[in-house]
Amino acid sequence: MGKLVSKIPDGPLRNKWTNYKSSVKLVSPANKKKLEIIVIGTGLSGAGASSSLGELGYNVKTFCYQDSPRRAHSVAAQGGINAAKNYQNDGDSTFRLFYDMIKGGDFRAREANVYRAAEVSNQVIDHYTALGVPFARDYGGTLDTRSFGGVQVSRTFYSKGQTGQQCLLGVYSSLNRQIKKGNVTMYPRREMLDLVLIDGKARGIIARNLVTGEIERHSAHAVVLATGGYGTIYFLSTLAVNSNASAVWKAHKKGAFFANPSFIQIHPTSVPQLNEFQAKLTLMSESLRNDGRIWVPKLKGDKRPGNEIPEEERDYYLERRYPAFGNLVPRDVASRAAKERCDAGYGIGDTGLAVNLDFRDAIKKQGKKAIEEKYGNLFNMYKTITGIDSYIEPMQIYPAGHYTMGGLWVDYELMTTIPGLYAIGEANFSDHGANRLGASSLMQCSGDGYFILPVTIGNYLSEEIKVPKITTDKPEFEETEKIVVERLNKFLSIKGRQNAASFHKRLGKIMWDYCGMVRNEEGLKKALGLVRELRDEFWKDLNVPGDSNMVNQELEKAGRVADYFELSELLITDALNRKESCGAHFREEYQTPDGEALRNDEEFAYVAAWEYGGEGKPHILNKEDLKFEEVELKVRSYK
Amino acid sequence: MKLTLRIWRQKNATAKGNFETYQMDNVSPRMAFLEMLDALNKKLVEEDKDPVAFDHDCREGICGSCGMFINGHPHGPVPAITTCHLSMRFFKDGDTIWIEPWRAKPFPVIKDLIVDRKAFDTIMIAGGFISVNAGAAPEANSILVPKTKSDMAFDTAICIGCGACVAACKNASAMLFVSAKISQYALLPQGRVEAKERVRKMVEKMDEAGFGNCSNTGACEAECPKEIKLVDIARLRREFIKAF
Repeated sequence: MGKLVSKIPDGPLRNKWTNYKSSVKLVSPANKKKLEIIVIGTGLSGAGASSSLGELGYNVKTFCYQDSPRRAHSVAAQGGINAAKNYQNDGDSTFRLFYDMIKGGDFRAREANVYRAAEVSNQVIDHYTALGVPFARDYGGTLDTRSFGGVQVSRTFYSKGQTGQQCLLGVYSSLNRQIKKGNVTMYPRREMLDLVLIDGKARGIIARNLVTGEIERHSAHAVVLATGGYGTIYFLSTLAVNSNASAVWKAHKKGAFFANPSFIQIHPTSVPQLNEFQAKLTLMSESLRNDGRIWVPKLKGDKRPGNEIPEEERDYYLERRYPAFGNLVPRDVASRAAKERCDAGYGIGDTGLAVNLDFRDAIKKQGKKAIEEKYGNLFNMYKTITGIDSYIEPMQIYPAGHYTMGGLWVDYELMTTIPGLYAIGEANFSDHGANRLGASSLMQCSGDGYFILPVTIGNYLSEEIKVPKITTDKPEFEETEKIVVERLNKFLSIKGRQNAASFHKRLGKIMWDYCGMVRNEEGLKKALGLVRELRDEFWKDLNVPGDSNMVNQELEKAGRVADYFELSELLITDALNRKESCGAHFREEYQTPDGEALRNDEEFAYVAAWEYGGEGKPHILNKEDLKFEEVELKVRSYK
Repeated sequence: MKLTLRIWRQKNATAKGNFETYQMDNVSPRMAFLEMLDALNKKLVEEDKDPVAFDHDCREGICGSCGMFINGHPHGPVPAITTCHLSMRFFKDGDTIWIEPWRAKPFPVIKDLIVDRKAFDTIMIAGGFISVNAGAAPEANSILVPKTKSDMAFDTAICIGCGACVAACKNASAMLFVSAKISQYALLPQGRVEAKERVRKMVEKMDEAGFGNCSNTGACEAECPKEIKLVDIARLRREFIKAF
């Protein structure tokens, strides 16, 4: 327990960040030029941090596996980005945003970090607007907002259904400006394959050039991981197909604790699976729940098309179960409710694994044009994928793996348990507890990258100003590179029959069935065995054609899947350990008589920070007790 | 469905490429085009053959990674979508499908269907930004933008940088791509301050990279998965003339 020092500043919640900024150690402009920082990932947090650090005068080296930083998966976020601007005069405030996140996260997030995320949210909106992000506007020229799940104010700024793309292109532009100035060097088509520690501090990475296959050594005074989440552990998810956990997993095995790995958000509104080769599930933004009503037929196995089922034969189960929030309940609640109806036999479509999201009433009331204005691109996307016109028929949707609240444990400064190694954005665990509210991911990623990390990293780097440029000829680089190369060669030498994706798909199925929306002890224990069995098969029957000195996408994939096998075990272990239901983590043994999550604050009001125990050895649990000073622990009710 | 695939295979940038033929059985009309290629690659790996390399990531039409010439069209025969959104329901049993990489001098082939689109980043680095540091921004609502202008800016800002416009153009012109960014900033008050410098720098880099000129055939507009319009190229020209 003594290993976790969260470094939360003293003083009242609302003064912590201000006090911290006033007293944090600074690095002089002359010294910043001498310091190098590696940033992995170019989403909102990674590209934001790179550009902010560049603006401050640090030497930044930024890496991404895509061909261009503009493709990071933040690009796919749809609905919006929250801020406590209170432009609607509807009673919003920093505290209310903070409170909504704490409550939405089912009281499993760290107060001080969450408050700070809410605090910098307004700066984030100002910054994006200045960068030319075309947020929706009202006729007077001011910014428009909309409401989102889990809250009763309208604080979500948006650019139709592609807010993530617009914000990402905003950070991409500020990153480009720093590349032009020479403050950031960009390394695209590179994959980080390991972290290099020297005297216990993060000092560099080993990366593979995905075009030439060359293994490269890169050094720095600090390393920042902005590599996103691990939702593709389910194989089918709303994430980009190449999203992976390898960077954070490598860091974890080098000493960074992994916090709350089993907290994975299942998004309630995605396009259901259409075929057995399906590679991903496409999200339909939660913002649709503002105007769309979710229902299933009252009659079991009713196969009539949705628009032919009369009103009295429809069960608007969210409105029925949660009259106060209705269709706008938080994501975890909406997802489980859909699963409950489908499992009970009321699901629709070919598979019975879908529910209706219906715009009939909204179109009747507001007109087709108004709906088109708000969601046009989403309706188009839905039609492109399924061939169904949702202006006429209801959309069919089903939950899908989406966002990982868990991630590397970080302190208030966003530093992991490895000195000099930081984790920002979705890659860390700190702000969303056991469930994330819609539109607060873009907010947190942007805040971490642009405004928080660039300040907190100075506190560490101020002690590093005497450390000269780190050279890559050190034995630590040599040894790590050797291990990386050996592993690549191992994949190439198995010469079995199956490709990596086939294993990934089967692993994903195990995880989805036993460690997805609903979990229980028996299933989790069974899953542990199944994962190990499949892992053995992987190391015996994998085939990676070709060699490592070329573009080899099978080799890339093999490494990511191998890491997912290990992470899966930890995820299950964490889900087994947490004998309560909270947020997205729903253990069947712990529920109220009417099927709601039953939290256990006495025993589980802590962050489970798992320490790597060594090859083949069990993980070690470290607990960070969560102290709630400003909010009262309550049963989360949306009824 | 049974399909014949004729796919461009090229080992690396310097190798000479050629079309290879593959037979696909049991293709479901509910598959996405890239899922059909996934199925092919699964089969190739099982036969210990080199799978077809192609760029892809989000598979929901927004990241701009994917892009291939399918039966003579960038992103295939269906208008206004990316390759990853192309459904196999648009093909029929017995079809032969020709699959090639983008072909343009500034986009050299890396392997098979993967091309190097670095030139796009180079153009953006030259001027595709508004110079404001984190922390220096004014309060968001202090900048008023008429809704119509803001909506127009959005319609150009949605370019995904996939390169279909270049691939579609007989001159391999990048004018549509450049004009989308120039238009976004030209339409917004935030972007006006550096407008002249921006358009000069971006056009200069565009020319340096070897992209051809625009001859108004409109192929780019017809093939753009995000429906960026030729009128943006007209705006780019106006902005360029005003910049000197």
